[in-house]
Amino acid sequence: MTIQLRPAITFEKVARVFDLADGQQVTALRDVSFSIAKNEFIAIVGPSGCGKSTVLRLVAGLIAATRGRVSIYEVAVSEPPDMVGIVFQKPTLLPWLDVKSNVTFPMRHKYGRVTAQDQKLARELLALVGLSDFANSRPDELSGGMQQRAAIARALLLDPEILLMDEPFSALDALTRDEMCFELLRIWTERPKTVVFITHSIPEAALLADRIFVMTPRPGTISEIIDNPLPRPRGIDTLASPLYHELTTRIRNTVFARPRAA
Amino acid sequence: MSSRLASATRSSPARVRPDDPPRARAQRLKKAAAHLAPTLTMVAILAVWETACRLLHVPEFLLPPPSAIVRAGFAMSGSEWVGHITSTLRVALEGYTVSILISLPLATMLALSPVLSRTVYPILVVIHSTPIVAVAPIIVVTLGVSDLPRVVITSIITFFPLVISTTTGILSTPDELVELSRSLRATRGREILQIRLPYAVPHIFSALKVSITLAVVGAVVAEFVAAERGLGYAILFATSTFKIPQAFACLAVLVMMSLILFRLVVTAQMLLFPWSLPRERRN
Repeated sequence: MTIQLRPAITFEKVARVFDLADGQQVTALRDVSFSIAKNEFIAIVGPSGCGKSTVLRLVAGLIAATRGRVSIYEVAVSEPPDMVGIVFQKPTLLPWLDVKSNVTFPMRHKYGRVTAQDQKLARELLALVGLSDFANSRPDELSGGMQQRAAIARALLLDPEILLMDEPFSALDALTRDEMCFELLRIWTERPKTVVFITHSIPEAALLADRIFVMTPRPGTISEIIDNPLPRPRGIDTLASPLYHELTTRIRNTVFARPRAA
Repeated sequence: MSSRLASATRSSPARVRPDDPPRARAQRLKKAAAHLAPTLTMVAILAVWETACRLLHVPEFLLPPPSAIVRAGFAMSGSEWVGHITSTLRVALEGYTVSILISLPLATMLALSPVLSRTVYPILVVIHSTPIVAVAPIIVVTLGVSDLPRVVITSIITFFPLVISTTTGILSTPDELVELSRSLRATRGREILQIRLPYAVPHIFSALKVSITLAVVGAVVAEFVAAERGLGYAILFATSTFKIPQAFACLAVLVMMSLILFRLVVTAQMLLFPWSLPRERRN
């Protein structure tokens, strides 16, 4: 990767401890340090409960670090930053709004109004994610994959520099998931963003990311950062290449390297 | 091979075409039967009731036959009916409205403030556990003889389901949407108005449906305690003079009033919030 002077996202010895209701404490994250360059695509892979989502919520400013420092363009994150868009595991579209109003919802929710400019932008984004014909449909008339496309368009509305994706394709069937990966690559090529993509899926991480952060649980920490040697643009052919196979094997070995604490 | 497969897939839908005559007729009959069944059942019950009363010579003051009830209904003057119906309807709707106006903001506050919820919730449970029929005379004595105690009694009886359902609905908002709202740094007011309350709409409407029939119950209970008009009062008056068919006539009108009000709430949901219904129930 090209070395940038100002990294987009930096974690310096970040720890996050959660207080449970019964007074116990759980260390979700310990001593996590990394830096992510502008327009870099990062995948975070790891088993459930390894603190992947905690990393994402720290970047989004939804929770604060217990120790250490999280910064975006070298400014410490103290509240949800403007330049971040989030795509969740579930599409969570609002059922009472049509698809276009769902895409413009962040504007209405943040500023209380939607301008003609926003409407135009929403139409462009719907075209980008391939939903132009469904602008006036209700979310429940769409398939799971189409709903998630709408959620991606919604996340792109405020033109965020950073796109956070929390297992966005894990609720989809396997075929749709592959299709959505290629779609995401295309969208990312057309509109480069810094992407932090959380996933359970090693093939997904290998296909999409520039670098793969492998996390291990209890307490959550990054055990290894793997550079992705696969050339871009990547497509269906990539999945058949020996290099891809080698990479997924390497990630898998890293994920299962440590015996998991019972 | 492939062409045979293609022709097979082409011909197989033709065998189950929806306009296939005998199949379609059976389907239509089945649909018509399902549609008419409730009405036919009602008619059958009325017929059995009428014949049983006549054959067994049941005295009218024990169980009047439907024909006697209808006769008694027509024996009452039109203005008498209008007076009773408007009186009961007014109290029921006023109590219902007051209850909605109190319970929606209260439920929002209960859902969003754990402290308030812990403090107020037990009080609500105590109020709800108190038999309203037992409290009604006290309320009438305290508030005097007017519509006021009747409206209060009606709103007390209707507001508990509304508060509980609205609170549940507001809390059922997906965490992700709350996080989306936080990540946009939207105000709390917008979070409530644009996300949480709309999410509660299906819950609110299921409570509105329960409460509208309870409102009629509340109005009648209040009339039993103190009133000089209304369907509840009319029933009480008719039974005290052994005019049982007239009491039954009033009861029938009460039931119809409840059903119509219930239907109105259902229609309002269908017109205003069609998305809040399961897809097969929208039209």
